[in-house]
Amino acid sequence: MKRRDYLKNMGLSSLGLAVFNPDEKAIENLNLGKVPVKRPNGRTQDEAEQEAALKAEVFLNAHELATITVLSDIIIPADKKSGSASQSGVTAFIEFIVKDKTEFKTPMRGGLRWLDVESNKRFSKNFIDITPKQRINIVDDIAYPGKTPKHLSQGESFFTLMRNLTATGFYTSKIGIEDLEYKGNTPNQWNGVPDDVLKQYGLSYDA
Amino acid sequence: MINSSIYIKSQQEVFDVVIVGSGAGGGMAAHTLAKAGAKVCILEAGQPFDPADPKDMTQMKWPYESLRRGASSSLRNFGDFDAAYGGWDIEGEPYTRKEGTKFDWFRSRMVGGRTNHWGRISLRFGPDDFKRKSIDGLGDDWPIGYDDMKPYYDKVDQMIGVFGTNEGLRNDPDGYFLPPPKPRLHELMIKKANKALGIPTYPSRMSMLTKPINNERGSCFYCGQCNRGCSAYADFSSSSVLVKPAVQTGNTTLLPFAMAREVMTDPVTGLATGVSYVHTGTMMEYSVKGKIVVLAASAGETARLLLNSKSARFPNGIANSSGVVGKYINDSTGASRSAIIPSLFDRKRYNEDGVGGMHVYTPWWLDNKKLDFPRGYHIEYGGGMGMPNYGFGWGIEGLNGRENFNRDGIKKAAGGYGATLKEDYRRFYGAYVGFAGRGEPVPREDNYCEIDPNVVDKFGISVLRFNYKWSDYEVKQAKHMQDTFEEIIHSMGGEALGKKPGAENNYGLADPGRIIHEVGTARMGNDKNTSVLNSNCQAHDVKNLFVADAAPFVSQGDKNATWTILALSLRTSEYIIDQRKKGNL
Repeated sequence: MKRRDYLKNMGLSSLGLAVFNPDEKAIENLNLGKVPVKRPNGRTQDEAEQEAALKAEVFLNAHELATITVLSDIIIPADKKSGSASQSGVTAFIEFIVKDKTEFKTPMRGGLRWLDVESNKRFSKNFIDITPKQRINIVDDIAYPGKTPKHLSQGESFFTLMRNLTATGFYTSKIGIEDLEYKGNTPNQWNGVPDDVLKQYGLSYDA
Repeated sequence: MINSSIYIKSQQEVFDVVIVGSGAGGGMAAHTLAKAGAKVCILEAGQPFDPADPKDMTQMKWPYESLRRGASSSLRNFGDFDAAYGGWDIEGEPYTRKEGTKFDWFRSRMVGGRTNHWGRISLRFGPDDFKRKSIDGLGDDWPIGYDDMKPYYDKVDQMIGVFGTNEGLRNDPDGYFLPPPKPRLHELMIKKANKALGIPTYPSRMSMLTKPINNERGSCFYCGQCNRGCSAYADFSSSSVLVKPAVQTGNTTLLPFAMAREVMTDPVTGLATGVSYVHTGTMMEYSVKGKIVVLAASAGETARLLLNSKSARFPNGIANSSGVVGKYINDSTGASRSAIIPSLFDRKRYNEDGVGGMHVYTPWWLDNKKLDFPRGYHIEYGGGMGMPNYGFGWGIEGLNGRENFNRDGIKKAAGGYGATLKEDYRRFYGAYVGFAGRGEPVPREDNYCEIDPNVVDKFGISVLRFNYKWSDYEVKQAKHMQDTFEEIIHSMGGEALGKKPGAENNYGLADPGRIIHEVGTARMGNDKNTSVLNSNCQAHDVKNLFVADAAPFVSQGDKNATWTILALSLRTSEYIIDQRKKGNL
């Protein structure tokens, strides 16, 4: 079949765009009022626009982001195996995700302010301006659900949120995935559980 | 008066067949009919999708390539890499529910429909699944039986490819299977636990190519990401496996962005003459003519289209003289539980991505005559050292304070921070297992969808209103699922996570629609007063109108619907070819 006929019958160009209807141009015309957003690979046009809008939005301010960086590195510090939360990009992840999942906006903003208020009560300075030892003095009171002094329960909720977001941000980063030693996401042949592991668990494929 | 400016002249070409929808049913119909030489036009409401096109491809991407680390969004409800454009709520395309009832409706708006991201669990129905009324007196029998369907299941197995094993099970019949992947570690543990409990465990039956079957499709390279769509076309999706080759015949015209409005009819003969549609991008109105119309828009959308196709001749909607269109809608039941297995703590790392989903499953194994609910379920299993994704590590404070969860055996305080917390995440990685039951409900006339008298979507098309409630049958089945999951978890030496769902929340029974197996809105039958379609999925009232999705299903089975949609669509398509040859259509 000639390429022209093939395209006519396919209704799809080699780029996967519909050409049967000549009105793809008309769609573009309908969108003339909008700032054009280039569609990156793996995203639909709607997603490209949604992401562009989220990226353009400013929610957390510089002080809040600095506090997140300090706190996330207390939760996930560098150790002999891998780097810290902030080294893995957790601050930028949290900056984006609280805009994307708007239910986090108020707990995050309010929690950060709660932390600064508590820090000022104890040490007359904001959390990022106190010593590491002073920071731990506060963190130890809110990091262990079930052991939190009753009057600090809101701090516990905030710390739990921060721990969740920090862990998710860290372990979905390149550094964190290497830390976990996830071995997949690569073409391979699955031939079953390695023999030494079968032996370790007392299992076999013959049973 | 309609503003004439939105109307474009209808196409002059009269197609042999106009198909609405490009999912499993529509794709199979297009593939079968176009290969037989028919001129076919497919209307697809969504956009083009090709998982091998870099523009659409998400396979092999890392979580950090997503701003939200793979979390779901309003535009991708099953995660940022999942191959489903659309979702539970689509802007400008509402649906409603009758007060006091529940139904959630997942719609994909893309070529291939929901087959792009589905679980690929490819279970053919067994003999009992077509004759439930004869067995338990509830619901209705299908007008056809397993023997009628077996040749088509066999053809689908061989054409599309499915792995599994022949086990000689009466109601989970043998098929033409490719070699199954070996069980993963947690799956071997489940199998062992199940054996002690008398619960059978078999290799799963899923449509990934563990061996190549033709030159157009590659074979599985075990990335575990079938839900993102496969760039090697090594799993089944209608877009890659059916629509693409149908288009390549030169006999198929695929129209994306085409939202069907009505089935058009000839007022004199009452026959279908084509389909009118609105272009979702330009909002221009079109119509396309066809000698035969096949609806495969999904059980919900097909019912909506039938009900909206009203005329003097069909005042209640086309093919609806029975009033049955929309009634008997039913979704699979679903309940789930997860657990953590301490013996898997600090496990050795290796790549166990495997295929995208479970390597073993449990078909229904008990006799309902001895139970307090009439229909069965199968169990799907999850777990393993998967790629970390948004949500990883969430809620560790519920785990790391438990007795004996620490490496040195000392109970430590839950939660925490710092280097020892990092140790906990590493230790628990890959130690989770998940259990999900998928069961058969009893279809009921008083569960239905209808046209909402007051609401239209942004295209001016009247929307569906759902009215659906579970009965005690389904609630008791969910209770049985939960009890079974706990037995298996305990038998594995695991600890169940979260509180066991109880009577207060229907034992975790998912709301209707959530399992995305809705079927039955235009059911088949021999009596035109109690069914919409005859035994060939041909409308009783309109002989050149057919339905090829899950709307014709009389009952759900304790299986998943897709393999039966494919086999039924193939059977219907071959019937159309036969009737055309005989001059009856």
